Order: sequence, then C-alpha cells, then structure tokens
Amino acid sequence: MSKGLSVEHLLGIKYLNVDDIELIFQTAIEFKQVINRPIKKVPSLRDITIANVFFENSTRTRISFELAEKRLGADVINFSSSGSSVSKGETLLDTVNNLLAMKVDMVVMRHPSAGAAHFLSKHIQANIINAGDGTHEHPTQALLDTYSILEQFGNVQGLNVAIIGDILHSRVALSNIFCLIKMGANVKVCGPATLIPRNIEQLGVSVSNSIDETLQWCDVANILRIQLERQEGAYFPSLREYAIHFGVNAERLDKLSKQITIMHPGPINRGVEITSDVADSHNSIILDQVENGVAVRMAILYLLSAGKSSND
Amino acid sequence: MKMPDNATPILEGKNFEITISRLCYQLIEVHGNFENTILIGLQPRGIYLCEALKEALLSLTGIKVKEGKIDPTFYRDDFNRRESPLIPSATEMSHQIEGKNIVIIDDVLYTGRTIRAGMDALLDYGRPATVQLLTLVDRNYSRQVPIQPDYRGIIVDTRAQMRVKVEWQAAGHPENKVWLYSENK
Repeated sequence: MSKGLSVEHLLGIKYLNVDDIELIFQTAIEFKQVINRPIKKVPSLRDITIANVFFENSTRTRISFELAEKRLGADVINFSSSGSSVSKGETLLDTVNNLLAMKVDMVVMRHPSAGAAHFLSKHIQANIINAGDGTHEHPTQALLDTYSILEQFGNVQGLNVAIIGDILHSRVALSNIFCLIKMGANVKVCGPATLIPRNIEQLGVSVSNSIDETLQWCDVANILRIQLERQEGAYFPSLREYAIHFGVNAERLDKLSKQITIMHPGPINRGVEITSDVADSHNSIILDQVENGVAVRMAILYLLSAGKSSND
Repeated sequence: MKMPDNATPILEGKNFEITISRLCYQLIEVHGNFENTILIGLQPRGIYLCEALKEALLSLTGIKVKEGKIDPTFYRDDFNRRESPLIPSATEMSHQIEGKNIVIIDDVLYTGRTIRAGMDALLDYGRPATVQLLTLVDRNYSRQVPIQPDYRGIIVDTRAQMRVKVEWQAAGHPENKVWLYSENK
C-alpha cells in the first residue's frame, strides 16, 4: 500500500518532511499534465466539499485554490469576511463550525493572525489548509515556488536561491526558506536591514544588504512585494529610494556575468521591487509559477483528502 | 515483493510465450495492419504487457504499433475509502485517440473497477471509434461491474482471498511468470 503524507493538515512547511514535499511534487507533475489536456478535469474529489475561507484579500491564491478544487470535481463554497457575519462579531471558531455543520470536509483558510490555521486544526474535524496566516507561513506558495524551480532546473539541491525584499513581513519568505532548505538549496535573504528579521541566520540562511552582490551569487532570485499594508512604521525613506537601492532592473541584470531566473509571488508593484522589463523578460517564470500553483494545490488537496470516508 | 510459500506459478516459460503470441494473432485478425489502432497500457502494471505485445507484434508483422499509457488513479471510485492516497503513475498520451480503435491493456482483470476508471480516463482524451479490452489473466466470477475482456490470455477461477500476480522481466524479475497465491491474514 502506498504511503501518503505524514500530516493531516497543511499548516506550514515546518511540519512537512522531505518525503512529503517530494510526494506533493511527484503528484503535481501528473496534475499539471491533467490541466494541460482538452478535458482539464478529473473526478477524484467528487464527494468532497471544500470551503475557502478568506479573512484577508487575495486574488491569485483564492482563484488558484478554487480552480484546483473544481478541476478535482469537489464542491466549493467561497467565504470572505467582508459582507459576512464576521463583521457582526462572530468568532472564527463559530464561523467555521457553522460551515462544518453544513458538512464541509476541508477548509482552506487565509487569516491575518499568525497561527489561525493551527488553532482551527485543534478544534475542528476537517482537513485545514493554510492559505496564509499573518506573517507566519504560506505553505502552498512555497511549494509552488520550489516546484517551479525544480521544473526549471531539474533539481533544487545545491542551487543558490535569493529571496529579496521585505523578509520581515513576508510569510512567503518564511515558508520558502523552510522549503528550500529542506530540499537542499542554499538560501540568501537580501533587503534593507530594517526589513530583515534579527537572527534569521539561525534558519540556515545567509544575509546580504547588497542587491548586486546577491544577484551575482544566485541562480534564482525570488523577489517579494513591499507589503505596505503590514508596515506600521517607516522601514525605508520612500518607495523611490527602495527602488533605487533594491529594485531589480535590467541594468542590474545586464551587469551580471550570467543569466538568472526571476520569480515573484505576485501581486507585483511594477517599478518598485521589479521593473516591467524584468518581470516580462524571458528569464522570468512568474506566470509559470501561477500555472504550477493550480497543479501543486490539486496535489495537496488530493493527498490530504485520502481516507475521508474510510468508515463507510 | 517475495512470493508467499503457497504461491503456485500458473503461467510461465514456453506457455507464457505461446499465450503472448496467441494474443498477438488475435489482435492481428481484428486490427489488420494496425493503421488505426492504439494500444493503451493501464498504469501501473498493464504497461509491461502492452510493451511485450508491442514487441511481439513488431517481430511477427514488422509493424510498429502506436501505444500510450494511461493512469486511472484519479478516476477510481474507492479513492476516498482508502486510508492512504493512491499515488499516481505517469500518463503518456501522445497520439490523438479521436476516431481510433483503442485496445486497453491490463495484466489482471478482477472486479472490473480499474478498467471502468481507465475507460473514464481514456474518454477524457476524446471519442475513440471503438474500445476493446485485453487482459493476460481473467479472474472468472469476480466482476463487480459488467466488464468483460475481448481478448484474454488465461482464465482462472479464484476465491476472494486469492491473489494473482504477474511478474515481468522488464520490471526486474528473473522471468515472465504468473503466480496464484492466497493472502495469509
């Protein structure tokens, strides 16, 4: 009998082992094949109902999950906090319990508080998938990023991957660091000193404040968005100044002695962390990341849903 | 996997070769020059039989028959009733199946549910003219859905606790052999 994932919920990359990540990637390869054929749908999850519960704005992640769920034949409920009873004072647990009373098997949740998905998994009989919790983790993004690197290079082991930008507020950065290090990549984070958490070296990454040195070092540059909505204080003087010192532009890339692969989890602030010509260049795999997002999320939903109705 | 002590070979050696050749001649009778025919092996174990037939047909007729591989995993009806997920194998469908004569190939036909899933998977690639089924071993009286083979190697009457296993040289076994054994539980 084949072995599944070691976890029941996808709360963070922290809780996955290398075998889990490899199994997700191996399954995603098959789903990528499915979503590229004339009939893009399989009936694997036809008796599963999934609630997408979003307490924070999202375009890409929500649509990607919804598409993944529909491609697997699941029934889908979408919930976003604006326009719901959350604004009438309902608690998270009550909201989700009400959804479960309607026989939901899996919950995909994004929440502004770190640990929200973890909290839910302790109180609720459903598979929880963390679609981003505060500044903590965004595991599916890290998995699709790493999968995209794997697809581009054939392996991740030994590659130099730079994560550039707002590391302090980024759950994408943290999940990516966990995932890449587990898969054997060398990771360097780069950004203004104010946006790099103290002691981040303990996670096994190196730190640089020089964008040019970082770009020369790396094979892949994953460029993150400046998250103005999470920044309460002044971390750098102005967006223009950030763009001058840390923005990735064609001029910087032309100076390098090699070609590097450009990634960005979106949404892009064009002209701030990355210029349009770089984002749209042939070295950019930003849109491949989006396509792979659906395949990787299908793999995760598929693998987590096993054994749902094992007692009938 | 090591075979249990009670395992008996039910097809091996020369007889195995004869059975493969007979299946080939039966295919030739129906499909002629195979111009409009595609052999589709069901993952994971049907692909070895598919490969063996393709090779035998090449040496008998000199024709290189078109083939594909299909994985029925995502179409199974027992997926959510298992404790752990079924891990998919690769699907390789490089030929257009629209209007073609398809022969689905699997090593052992038992309940028929895998074939049902395989047909659903196949039909998501288009509308073939005809679909036939070829199996090396037909476990008689065990069907749970109304599916019967068009070509069969051997028929065995088995009880539910019996298992049939086909070993292929191509999969690293010493020789091509079909085993019958009972589960020790």
